[in-house]
Amino acid sequence: MTGELLLGPDEIARTMRRLAHEIVENNHGTDGLVIVGLLTRGHPLALRLGRLIREFEGVEVPVGSLDIGLYRDDVSRRGQPTPLRPSSIPADIDGATVVLVDDVLFTGRSIRAALDALLDFGRPARVRLATLIDRGHRELPIRPDFVGKNIPTALVQEVQVTLKETDGEDAVYVLNAEAAND
Amino acid sequence: MIDVQERPAPGPAEAPAWRHKDLLDTDVLSRADIDLVMETADAMLEVRSRPVAKVATLRGATVVTLFYEQSTRTRASFEVAAKAMGADVVNLTASGSSVVKGESLVDTVRTLEAIGADLLVMRHDRSGAPYLAAKNTKAGVINGGDGTHAHPTQALLDLFTMRRHLGALDGKKVVIVGDVLHSRVARSNVWSLLAAGANVTLCGPATLLPRTLASAGGEEGRVALTADLDRALVDADVVMALRIQKERQATGLIPSLREYINGYQVNATRLARAKPGALVMHPGPMNEGIEISPEAAHGLASVIEEQVANGVAVRMAVLYLMATARTK
Repeated sequence: MTGELLLGPDEIARTMRRLAHEIVENNHGTDGLVIVGLLTRGHPLALRLGRLIREFEGVEVPVGSLDIGLYRDDVSRRGQPTPLRPSSIPADIDGATVVLVDDVLFTGRSIRAALDALLDFGRPARVRLATLIDRGHRELPIRPDFVGKNIPTALVQEVQVTLKETDGEDAVYVLNAEAAND
Repeated sequence: MIDVQERPAPGPAEAPAWRHKDLLDTDVLSRADIDLVMETADAMLEVRSRPVAKVATLRGATVVTLFYEQSTRTRASFEVAAKAMGADVVNLTASGSSVVKGESLVDTVRTLEAIGADLLVMRHDRSGAPYLAAKNTKAGVINGGDGTHAHPTQALLDLFTMRRHLGALDGKKVVIVGDVLHSRVARSNVWSLLAAGANVTLCGPATLLPRTLASAGGEEGRVALTADLDRALVDADVVMALRIQKERQATGLIPSLREYINGYQVNATRLARAKPGALVMHPGPMNEGIEISPEAAHGLASVIEEQVANGVAVRMAVLYLMATARTK
């Protein structure tokens, strides 16, 4: 497969630092903040944001993980079950400011499912959305509050985020259709 | 342009697949199938731990429980599981259906399919009845226990309970004690335990040990049969007692209950021979004081109540996999 490298490890690290600062600034501190990453790749990003906020503010912010498999809108259309993992929400989210974290924001359907999943755990005062990459092509009225990088893409292209924790390296690639079909 | 290595795609493109229209026994499940059920059940157990322990994933699906034989826990467990997944549930028993008017099993199953049943959970006193049902309907059939043959979801919840305590079961020793001959629970457990890597020792009076099961363990002899419980228990990681049917005395297969208790009751003295902390299990309903002593049934090592709770999570997993996989 061939593709174009859009972000390398250093750029991703810088982007994550900026996102952590923006999240704390937007929340006027860390009070009531809970960070929840979507499984699979949103979760390591959420953990990184948690570590950065502790570094900058000296405060431990609860970080959780959310599996959206049971909430997808295409459960009966896919023809095969989506693999499921347990969610882990380590804090009471009633009245909290929950920041949902994902690697790539695309159609918005995952975030719709994530909102349903999250609300089964409680009633947050507000929910924000942070994404490393926004590639456009929304199908639902959903917008991110914190964006690492906007990448204009064609629908036929594929954005692939790899992370040290899940894939061994930090990188963001754009794969074009021919490459994706290899 | 640069080279990009092949790496696991983030999406479900290469996710493990579920290929079974029906779940009639554990003997057709591969290790990958079993792992998929176990991982899915882990997620379901988390759902069960929430304040609102219910999701809407199977909204629009209809699950029919069709029980030709009595059952409290299995039927209730399936009903709770189906409702926790958001499915509609219809409960039928032989006494309250057209079965009493002489309707055949095949006609009943076809009628239920025509009504819109997506999944059929069936219990029958005749071994093999769910196979006949499965052949005659497009609905997925789950065997909720057939005669002395199989009880796959019980075996899967037993396996799930063991894995939560012991982790991977490779090389672990599981001892199943009692009337193995007439036990659909024991039979289904043998297949799933072997697939999961465990070794199985079946123990009971010689009259209640099916010789044919010894060959199931292959050349490595992973299934052992013995009438000596004290020897069987040495180094056991799990001890599972089976319900003894008091009627068996009349058939001459066991000499007397007293003799059975002396030789085969799972109790504290005997458990001292097993590994420290060995799990004590029972599929229920228990005859306390016969196949298991009260202190063993309710002791620290007992996971019998947990088995019941885990049963709901495992059945949610099975319903989810079967309702979402297109296997036709």
